[in-house]
Amino acid sequence: MNHTAVPAGPLTPGAPGESSQTMFGDQGRVIASITMRATMGRKRALLFAIPAVILLLVTVLLKLAHPHDPTWPSQVDGIFGFTVVLPLTALIIGTSVLGAEVDDGSIVHLLATPVPRWVVIWSKYVVAVVLTAAFVAVPELLAGLIATGGLTKLAAGLFVGALAGSVIYNAVFVMLSVVTTRAIAYGLAYVVVWEGLLANFVSGARLLSVGHYSLGVANGIAHDGSNLNAGISLGTSVVMGLIVTAATIVIAVRALSSFSLKGDAI
Amino acid sequence: MSGGGRSAGAGGARGRARSAGAGQAERGGGTSRARGRGKQSTVELRNVSRWYGNVVAVNDITMTIGPGVTGLLGPNGAGKSTLLHMIAGFLAPSRGELTVAGAASWRNPDIYRTLGLVPERDSVYAFLTGAEFVTASARLHKLPAPGAAARRAIEMVEMTGAQDRKISTYSKGMRQRIRVAGSLVHDPEVLLLDEPFNGMDPRQRLHMMDLLHSLGEQGRTILFSSHILEEVERVSGTIQVMVAGRLAASGDFRAIRRLMTTRPHVFLVRTSDDRALGATLIGRPAVTGVEVTDHGLSVRASDYGTFSREIAALTKNQGIRLRELLPEDESLESVFAYLIDADGPRAR
Repeated sequence: MNHTAVPAGPLTPGAPGESSQTMFGDQGRVIASITMRATMGRKRALLFAIPAVILLLVTVLLKLAHPHDPTWPSQVDGIFGFTVVLPLTALIIGTSVLGAEVDDGSIVHLLATPVPRWVVIWSKYVVAVVLTAAFVAVPELLAGLIATGGLTKLAAGLFVGALAGSVIYNAVFVMLSVVTTRAIAYGLAYVVVWEGLLANFVSGARLLSVGHYSLGVANGIAHDGSNLNAGISLGTSVVMGLIVTAATIVIAVRALSSFSLKGDAI
Repeated sequence: MSGGGRSAGAGGARGRARSAGAGQAERGGGTSRARGRGKQSTVELRNVSRWYGNVVAVNDITMTIGPGVTGLLGPNGAGKSTLLHMIAGFLAPSRGELTVAGAASWRNPDIYRTLGLVPERDSVYAFLTGAEFVTASARLHKLPAPGAAARRAIEMVEMTGAQDRKISTYSKGMRQRIRVAGSLVHDPEVLLLDEPFNGMDPRQRLHMMDLLHSLGEQGRTILFSSHILEEVERVSGTIQVMVAGRLAASGDFRAIRRLMTTRPHVFLVRTSDDRALGATLIGRPAVTGVEVTDHGLSVRASDYGTFSREIAALTKNQGIRLRELLPEDESLESVFAYLIDADGPRAR
């Protein structure tokens, strides 16, 4: 048998005592870089831009048709933007940054390394937040600028509210992609049934509605009678948003720590 | 395959195979490097079981695997992947103790400083180049010189020439080798490979076999699963045979192979005169039973080689035309079943 020539000697294993903070940062950068390329490289990444493009097109058309009507900006860029564009974009991105690798099995290459699981979750989560902010919060800001003719409180409110929504929604959706293989279905059910129906009719349901947290933040900043129809106050939105974000990230890290591969076909 | 209902005779056959073996899995590679690695590369399982609801996938397995190449052999569904996933820390044992280099692998990411895994599923970041993939792996392992470590690992699998191409352009064998490089970049003591030869062409198989052999010679503990006897035969002197979730045999490959080849075989023989041939066959020492069926003669032979040689001469001497000679029980399952069934293979 002709044996393959194998270089002798160890392959420079990691030296102990290096700055863990620095090295975790490098691990995080590797994961974030791969995640960004994987997410944006897929054809469905084009989907991310479609809701934002629609939002901006509608805003421009309404601005041309009703340049002095003060009611439509909060209705279109606020209500429509925060109940449709924001949750759907966050759903697609948040469930794909980790869920796609779980589905196709490539996550094993990442998990068969000594990377702490919180670094994996955190890196993926940050990428999801950045992408969602880019595809929703920035368009919301642009739409607000177009609709109100400048950097008004409403425009700022829409931007910050969408940022808050990007942060909270993605924590929920990344968590869903770790704990279930049907993250998109459950995420869609949450957005449509819980937020779209229950939260509009049952005031208590708004306490667990990320869409209402986002509107609450936007309304708290705009607070000039912008009619954003927020069901909860700024303070409640911020507190609940922080709790939901922290809780879902902790759940995601714990679930990923127990990530299991299916065994033989049985 | 369910592992719950087929336990009869396992202990007896296990003892037979083990006693016949020249050595146990611990025997290992025997190089100076192997001696230097010692317990750092030992995988130990003690009474490990894994079940899903009422289905037992892995049933009370105890084994120790040391330096060198060990083949984990068994038919599809025998529990090989489940066992490998447990060793690799990707599945919790339902019962029993499992350690790699003295530490539990489940929920212990630090174990991957010692352990490398090449999973069966051929999914990899196809948009990366080979070099990017292996370097990323090195950085995730926090190696101080990830570029140099990646180059050496890629050289080890002889992929230097293709390292700057995207993985999406690789053949199946190249993808497998780059995945091995990614798993080797941190110089693990233990390397696990789940069905590493699946989908490879013969040349790629030989290449992978040589690589595994070389890694074992270096004193690493290499454990790979396969359902193909010949793959294990070429690479590994030590095997663990799993059947229906149980450890059916363990030890030196040649001794177990001997048990497999000297087991009774059942052949279906179709000739121009089945009854005449049957009457002759029943008098032969190598034949233990003959049955005339609608499809031909079902012949039970105690010795594969002798029967195969005799049948040709007998039919020629009697002027009988031999139309068909088919082994009826050559499925791998029946071969393995023999190892756990004292009564020999059963018709399936």
